Amino acid sequence: MTTLVPHTLHLTGRHVRGFLRQPAFVIVTLVQPLIWLLLFGQLFRGIVVLPGFGAGSYLEFLAPGVVIMTVLFSSGWSGMAFIEDMDRGVMDRMLSSPASRGAMMASSVAYTGFTTIIQSLVIVLVAVASGARFAGGVVGVLVMLVAAVLLAAAFGSLSNGVALLVRQREALIGFSTTLTLPLSFLSSAIIAREAMPGWIQTVATWNPVDWAVTASRSALSADPDWTGIGWRLLGSALVALVLTALATRAFRAYHRSV
Amino acid sequence: MHAAIQAEALVKRYGDVTALDGLTVDVPPGTVFGLLGPNGAGKSTAVKVLTTLTRPDSGTATVAGHDALAEPALVRRSIGVVTQRAGTDPQATGRENLVLAGRLQGLSGTEARSRADALLARFGLSDAAGRVVRTYSGGMARKLDVAMGLVHHPPVLFLDEPTTGLDPAARAGMWTEIATLARDEGTTVLLTTHYLEEADQLAERVAIVDRGRVVATGTPDALKSDLRGDTVVVGLGPDDDPARATSVLRDAGAGEVTTEGRALRARVDDGAQAVPALLAALERNGVGVSAITVARPSLDDVYLRLTGRTLVGAVEAEVAA
Repeated sequence: MTTLVPHTLHLTGRHVRGFLRQPAFVIVTLVQPLIWLLLFGQLFRGIVVLPGFGAGSYLEFLAPGVVIMTVLFSSGWSGMAFIEDMDRGVMDRMLSSPASRGAMMASSVAYTGFTTIIQSLVIVLVAVASGARFAGGVVGVLVMLVAAVLLAAAFGSLSNGVALLVRQREALIGFSTTLTLPLSFLSSAIIAREAMPGWIQTVATWNPVDWAVTASRSALSADPDWTGIGWRLLGSALVALVLTALATRAFRAYHRSV
Repeated sequence: MHAAIQAEALVKRYGDVTALDGLTVDVPPGTVFGLLGPNGAGKSTAVKVLTTLTRPDSGTATVAGHDALAEPALVRRSIGVVTQRAGTDPQATGRENLVLAGRLQGLSGTEARSRADALLARFGLSDAAGRVVRTYSGGMARKLDVAMGLVHHPPVLFLDEPTTGLDPAARAGMWTEIATLARDEGTTVLLTTHYLEEADQLAERVAIVDRGRVVATGTPDALKSDLRGDTVVVGLGPDDDPARATSVLRDAGAGEVTTEGRALRARVDDGAQAVPALLAALERNGVGVSAITVARPSLDDVYLRLTGRTLVGAVEAEVAA
């Protein structure tokens, strides 16, 4: 247990260095959320006449939604690094060394959190540059970052756990894409809750993606609902903890399969 | 003195495939021990069990004085592992890979860095220390793999097929390095290989593995001297009938005649004396001979005798499959 923190730091350093050494990957990471933002922003510009979108521009409504969707898509890929490590033999070397399993999981989560924060800030900056104004200010943005990182931890861990179970790129990609799009569209990421059919509203109530979106959007608004935000962040934190713990247990399944 | 590695009746099944079928080995400390056999014989599975990567269905294993099943964490501190796959991060430099491995093994930052530099120098990688591993040649990457396994001065080192895919010069270099480890540093090395010369060159003791069990164990010399006499290999002409040639050799007094394509392999008591008589008998019976060689018994002969297949043949069959 005493190795958890130092090993997490060393392994997170490895991920971050590897990320910075791949400029193409850095560019894709930065540009991809902007495409979402500008594409959806243009496509649904007229949607604000529908009820539930508030007084601001659609861009202001959309920005937190795109932040959370981007987080979901990026963290869904998290397990690919595990599969690369398996193919390369890095995983087996780690598992026959004293490397802490918890740290292997935690460092992946920390790294996903790191890219999440960068991507989120880029989206906020570009939205502001495009004319969006967030009344919630810096505090609102910080709350959104917390919500985004918690969702990234939950979904990244899930992706890692599935990677340890299926050990195959195609299966992980299938799993991740099958989950990310429905989870996004069953939330208020790009459309207001009031404009959704009733059954989707019910599903969204239990969807952690919607918790993150709703908490972020509320925090960025002029009049944040701090109780609602608190509950949603707490719920997200619990989901993240449970999924990280479960994913760490998936190392046992991996041991059995090799 | 206790054995450095002791495996007793290991059994491991993957579905219907029995990878280990009662494998038992006993490796004395400070020696190089070879597990010899073709791919699929169970060598790598044995290494996975002994390095705590997987658990056997039954059997016991002790490594560096610790029970591999009950105390895997203690075993992991005492072993270095170099598997057939790289195990290094291609996006990190050679030095970063080594320092990270050292930190995960519990070295301080200063210790890990100085150990990394020492290993880079020892394996001739100092000039490439700051380059990412993705740019390394096969031989350089392999050296780094071995260095990774040595970061924490492990008393027991596992090398799974350490020279597969290396060119002859790189292989010779690796052999020198492995021999030095055991001789100068007292490291116990368990080496798996399907190269006979590798086991013959490096290993003080060899266990021949076939279908998940050890079929013979001993020093290479002792294993070879169990086979009395010499091996004669006769290359046949294009028109010769191997079956007919086989019976001619048998009638002329050669034993254990086997056919491999257009070559016959036979055992005689004294090669130098037997060859003229064998050639005369073949000529008398109209069998054309393209080549004839006499060899002292090799580990390949030992393998053939024990399993009914030649190791080279088994490896080729593996590749063909």
